[in-house]
Amino acid sequence: MSMTDNILEVKNLTMHYKTRKGPVYAVDDVSFVVRRGESIGLVGESGCGKTSIALSLMKLLPDNAEIKAGEIHINGVDIVPLSERALRDIRWKQISMVFQAAMNSLNPVYTVEDQIKEAMHYHLPRMSDEEMNSKIDNLFRMAGLDPAMKSQYPHQYSGGMRQRAVVAMALSCDPNIVIADEPTTALDVIVQDGLLKKMRELQRQLNMSMIYISHDIAVIAEVSERVGVMYAGKMVEFSTTVNIFHHPMHPYTMALMSAFPSIVGEKTELVVLPGEPPDLLDPPPGCRFHPRCPYATSICKEKEPEFREYEEGHFVACWHPGGEQA
Amino acid sequence: MTNNGVLVDIKHLSKLFPMGAGMFQRSKVFVHAVSDVSLRIRQGESVGLVGESGCGKTTTGKLLTRLLDPTAGSIDFQTKDGPVDIATLRGKAMKRFRRRVQMIFQDPYESLNPRLTINDTVAEPLNVQGIGSLVEREDRVVQLLESVGLTPAHSFLFRYPHELSGGQRQRVAIARALVVNPNFVVADEPTSMLDVSVRTSVMQLMGKLADEFNVTYLYITHDIAVARYMSDRLAVMYLGKIVELGDTEEVLHHPLHPYTKALLSAVPVPDPLHKRNPVVIKGQVSKPVNPLPRCRFYERCPLADKFCETHDHPPLEDHGSGHYVACYHV
Repeated sequence: MSMTDNILEVKNLTMHYKTRKGPVYAVDDVSFVVRRGESIGLVGESGCGKTSIALSLMKLLPDNAEIKAGEIHINGVDIVPLSERALRDIRWKQISMVFQAAMNSLNPVYTVEDQIKEAMHYHLPRMSDEEMNSKIDNLFRMAGLDPAMKSQYPHQYSGGMRQRAVVAMALSCDPNIVIADEPTTALDVIVQDGLLKKMRELQRQLNMSMIYISHDIAVIAEVSERVGVMYAGKMVEFSTTVNIFHHPMHPYTMALMSAFPSIVGEKTELVVLPGEPPDLLDPPPGCRFHPRCPYATSICKEKEPEFREYEEGHFVACWHPGGEQA
Repeated sequence: MTNNGVLVDIKHLSKLFPMGAGMFQRSKVFVHAVSDVSLRIRQGESVGLVGESGCGKTTTGKLLTRLLDPTAGSIDFQTKDGPVDIATLRGKAMKRFRRRVQMIFQDPYESLNPRLTINDTVAEPLNVQGIGSLVEREDRVVQLLESVGLTPAHSFLFRYPHELSGGQRQRVAIARALVVNPNFVVADEPTSMLDVSVRTSVMQLMGKLADEFNVTYLYITHDIAVARYMSDRLAVMYLGKIVELGDTEEVLHHPLHPYTKALLSAVPVPDPLHKRNPVVIKGQVSKPVNPLPRCRFYERCPLADKFCETHDHPPLEDHGSGHYVACYHV
């Protein structure tokens, strides 16, 4: 099914967490596509559903989570109805993930080499030990680590090195898509800069697709070609990075852009967005952003806006895109 | 006020932590967390202290609030009887000092006692200091909650921290710090746990309250973009030393120290059309364990030469209009 160049298609994905207080609408009717070799960014504040989307794409959901509706096509195959067994052929080989806080995603009692081998044994059972060793050396070099370090334990690595090891691990089975969930959040800026540069380089070199997830719009601006903005479980805007930063149309994106400090250029006044994100146990009716939106009118309180293509390649879910009165 | 309005005068401040000492032997190995730092903080200004993790920012903050005692050096705090070295304070004088200096911590999920109501949390410093009658304390708490934007204050008084969002909790922490009318507040990463849209309002609130309550801030952060908006002057720390100090905009636009240049060039910019020119430096931050008597940045510095190797860490010198740099090659 490689008719299109879309390596990943997410259609109307809806995912709930069951809790004692009722369902939490963590991801609600989200659609987007990722093209081969492209990097996209998902931005939003904590609890907006970014990580829930990532876990859905990997089908690594906790027990209380349920995909209620929608399709996730990876290389043309919908993974939503697939069995655990069938998913094994997809996870790591086609789609893999760099987790938030690499400090905690490595097992402290195994060497880094053993941990990478574990995934490779599982997904590439026919590979010989020799091949595997040279592959790991190669992965280490690609990630900017000294292969001599592979037999060391995670505590012997610095924070930046650990994160690089996790990147090497994510690449071990030659995936087409890598999801990086807050890959640099715990790192200092200089280390962060080095790692992001490395990841961009690898993406081009291996022609992979990347999905970067971050709350830091500055990081997203640096690494992504297209950006999706999430708010309270909804995708509210999706377009090229330049459009999102220079021509945002959703009032939430507009607010986000003017609330973010930068060290370059004129020191402009930061604009405060009043209020706080809604409780997803009981999201507001209509547009979920309307209680905080400066342009909200009566229709926003009643009807949910459709996620529509307003200009070519610029999708927005808003009744008053760009802040104009309809 | 005498002394040119200097509120806190830090002179040659050092803090060493012993490493790996056994039960019966004294350690010979020390981490030089803060090493010979001098800084004058003027009344009413806010100074941003930036640097990477492990550079000694938080230790400096703890020394200034005397949550830690310095190994060497002094911190002179301006009182109405003239400057007093806070390391010498005991008993009542110490309690008076505590009233004038407060701290705001990074994580509002951990800095508030989950078993105390918001009223009890904010009133606690008043109780400890024995300020006002019960009724006056209650009024003061309500007044503070309103100043930090938790309105209507009465609806918050008897709630517990778990009922509040992160932004609201940090506002409670700010109210608690300001309730005793301090002169000096050390804020250690007060916004790093908050989301963007909430962070901006907390930043603006802190700025507004600084004017309203005439508070002097030391603002500790790793996020230089945030520091730009929160501080009049910026001090850049590297391995226990202040390597550059000056007016915030001056330091950001004309950094002089090679470390500051590298640090600033690595900060991501929220504009896809902006092209950065990263200054690449080798290696990574080490721990200042028994450091050699030379520039702390020597191993990583692109300008390092024989002179740097054979001389002590360079002094922090004025390079015009209060822009201080500690480097032999500026």
